[in-house]
Amino acid sequence: MLSLQPCFKKHSIYLFMEIKSYETVFILTPVLSDVQMKDAVDKFRNVLKEHEAEIVHEENWGLRKLAYPIHHKSTGFYHLMEFKANPKIVAALELEYKRDEKVMRYLTTSLDKYAVEYNEKRKRGEFNKSNKEKEEAAS
Amino acid sequence: MTLMNEPIHRGDTKKKYCRFRKHGIKYIDYKDANFLLKFVNEQGKILPRRITGTSAKYQKKVSQAVKRARHLALLPYVTDSLK
Repeated sequence: MLSLQPCFKKHSIYLFMEIKSYETVFILTPVLSDVQMKDAVDKFRNVLKEHEAEIVHEENWGLRKLAYPIHHKSTGFYHLMEFKANPKIVAALELEYKRDEKVMRYLTTSLDKYAVEYNEKRKRGEFNKSNKEKEEAAS
Repeated sequence: MTLMNEPIHRGDTKKKYCRFRKHGIKYIDYKDANFLLKFVNEQGKILPRRITGTSAKYQKKVSQAVKRARHLALLPYVTDSLK
């Protein structure tokens, strides 16, 4: 019986499709106006909301320089969203990214428990200090 | 950290260690490009474990993070003068 329990637990994840944590970053073309950019971000936020995802955190990095040109552009608007949702909705979200010409790049990653912990620290802003100290000690 | 020739007197050198194990870092963030710079050379190539001392477990995560950062144009795929 004891050995069956973890099996059942593992199986139930697939049965009920438990909630997982994800993080998505996308780059919008720099040719957009501020309003257009906000509209595009709203669109993706609505996609998440429609699919009953819980948006944990959102970050706008603004216009950033790219490390290499994409579509002959050297800058882009970065936007980050962290959400908790059913794994099914990732495909829906990425389909929207692909259909939208304004999106130059996107990346969706699932977060493990250490990543969630890290992101919470990052949100609180205390991470910057502690990380720098660590880096200095490590280098 | 740059690519260097290995020293002749091996006994004199300090033992390498994995910085993630030592400092208890469990997650390597692909968004932190400045931190990832420590694990690539001037051309933007990922440094081998032999040089950085990272353990296999974390080297895998480092390379994953560097590759993600490259995809999002936070790090270059190829370049000549990163540092």
